[in-house]
Amino acid sequence: MPLDLRLEQRPQASAAWRYGAPLLAIAITLCAGAALFAVLGYPPAHSLKVFFIDPVSSVEGLAELALKATPLMLCAVGLSIGFRANVWNIGAEGQFVIGALAGGGLCLALQGDGGGWWLLPLMVVAGVLGGMAWAAIPAFLRTRFNANEILVSLMLTYVAVLLLQFLVHGPWKDPAGFNFPQSEMFAEGGLLPVLVEGTRLNLGTLVALAILGLAWAVLTRGLFGFQIRVIGQAPLAAAYAGFDQRRMIWASLLLSGALAGLAGVFEIAGPVGQLTPAIPQNYGFTAIIVAFLGRLHPVGILLGSLVIALSYLGGESAQILLRLPVAVAGVFQGMLLFFLLACDVLIRYRIRLGHSVRRAV
Amino acid sequence: MLKSTIKAAAIAVAAALIAAAAPASAADKLKVGFVYVGPVGDLGYSYQHDVGRIALQKALNDKVETTFVENVPEGADAERVIAQLAQSGHGLIFTTSFGFMNPTLKVAQRFPKVKFEHATGYKRANNVATYSARFHEGRTVIGAIAGKMTKSGIIGYIASFPIPEVVSGINAFTLSLKKVRPDAQVRVVWVNSWYDPGKEAAAAKALIDQGADVLSQHTDSPAPIQAAEERGIYAFGQSSDMSKFGPKAHLTSIVDIWDGYYINRAQAVLDNKWKSEDTWGGLDSGMVVLSPYNPNLPKDVVAMADQIKNDLIAHKITSFDGPFKNRDGKEVIPAGQHLNDQQILTMNYFVEGVQGDLPK
Repeated sequence: MPLDLRLEQRPQASAAWRYGAPLLAIAITLCAGAALFAVLGYPPAHSLKVFFIDPVSSVEGLAELALKATPLMLCAVGLSIGFRANVWNIGAEGQFVIGALAGGGLCLALQGDGGGWWLLPLMVVAGVLGGMAWAAIPAFLRTRFNANEILVSLMLTYVAVLLLQFLVHGPWKDPAGFNFPQSEMFAEGGLLPVLVEGTRLNLGTLVALAILGLAWAVLTRGLFGFQIRVIGQAPLAAAYAGFDQRRMIWASLLLSGALAGLAGVFEIAGPVGQLTPAIPQNYGFTAIIVAFLGRLHPVGILLGSLVIALSYLGGESAQILLRLPVAVAGVFQGMLLFFLLACDVLIRYRIRLGHSVRRAV
Repeated sequence: MLKSTIKAAAIAVAAALIAAAAPASAADKLKVGFVYVGPVGDLGYSYQHDVGRIALQKALNDKVETTFVENVPEGADAERVIAQLAQSGHGLIFTTSFGFMNPTLKVAQRFPKVKFEHATGYKRANNVATYSARFHEGRTVIGAIAGKMTKSGIIGYIASFPIPEVVSGINAFTLSLKKVRPDAQVRVVWVNSWYDPGKEAAAAKALIDQGADVLSQHTDSPAPIQAAEERGIYAFGQSSDMSKFGPKAHLTSIVDIWDGYYINRAQAVLDNKWKSEDTWGGLDSGMVVLSPYNPNLPKDVVAMADQIKNDLIAHKITSFDGPFKNRDGKEVIPAGQHLNDQQILTMNYFVEGVQGDLPK
């Protein structure tokens, strides 16, 4: 008789392990990474140090880490609200791009003589509204025609990217730019103030942290957070309690769209400083990973975004200092997610060998 | 993909071994950094820059130490990578793609002692030089070959982004094609990427289905060559010799040779003679080279191609000799004149004979 291996659902998943799993996954990733380095012929301890410590061992490095994590945490915290309520916005990337376009377009239109202090706040408002407007499309189609918001929001991402391509190749192209597809550089008034001299760390990161704190308060304390949880976990009970599901779909999509749009405008008003075809860098998609890595919890999302950001920085550091190929960074991200999912499975299920007793359902 | 990954890994390991074997005086060496937009395993543009890097390492092995970072996105991340190279003691940094222009300038401002070289851009500073190659000269040669080899008179052209470098390539190709075969037309498909084998293959197949029997590409993967080989038509490679991906289909490739330039510039830094300047080398400089022709190419075609190549090298002709018209029928330049560099570098129109949209 062949060995019978099956997964059996645990009656109760351990609460401690629910939060311990990401840490365990990171620990296993480090061990597997060390083994990988050893097999490739690099000293494991030194290589791990170059990958995970060196990038953040200076003020510049820490600033870069925070800068890279900022769009991830903004997008992820918005998405997590919807995910809790079973509203699946997969199109944060598109909302990010539209936010960047709305804010950037406004800057290009108004920066004529350098712009004033009012330029940046206006851009931020435009970016937030842009992201919301893009997310309103799946919200409307879902609530009006019951169209699947996963597909609609995902496909709108490609529309947004093509719109960006069209604008930077066409009407918004820098007239003095030799026909290269880029906008003019933004004037000083359209750029986020830098927090630490000599780095690229800007005000956007502080705002993102404040939003994380706010989200934490709302989700754990407020009635809104409670409604979200109930709608997500027990829609029938929610309906019975009189919670309006349509309103929740609108609210979570608009919120996640607003935050993705904000991330977009922070990206162009921060490190980029202009509109280019390379604005979309998959932050909106990576944020989905961050949201789940962080257990849909604002504190977890903060940590998750830092871990993912570090994996990018570490990959570059490993290329420069160890001359490892870029694929190593991807391998680390892949391992982390693989081990996290594996841990998750083992929290919810246990492995049984041999005959399992069939339970009555 | 796996193959290219293995290749990339092998190159990296080899580089690490070279570095490990270097004497202890490594600190005195000039550290030269390279930033690539694609993977070194793309076997096209980035690969060819890396060939240049390896040549530099070989030529000045006891004086330089080279590093590269591959697959760097042309956005906010580029600035971090370039800064990291500058911070870790690199004295000369080559950023090899157009989208690295503004990040390079921003980092250059923060590190005035480090020398930067940006490929294919137009902004310079005291410590930022620019360099590029006249890729369009190679396209003048292959356009004529295409005119001889096509039966249907339809040429498929897989293009990346509608920037002047690519547009001038399409126009040089078409002008030369129509001299040999006046009724021929060029159909352009934009894939909006420098390296996307999937999209490039899809574009190639769509063009072949429309009757194209010769393909040209301004993207970096060998996917179009493979598609051409599969369907039994001809194709030209880009950036590196792609003959092994389609021994029958591949007629020749326009190859970028950066070796000499990289060695010269590093030597200039070592000799304290480095200056910020703009270099735009063509066939005459050896920066643009045609890989060996397909052995099945008829003798008269080879002779014609060599003639054009030699005339370009001797400056008897240029890629943009008048008279020719743009697609709206307006004369761009009259007979007896040719476009100057500035006009080529800002080209934003198609010449007669090109089908397909030029995104505006």
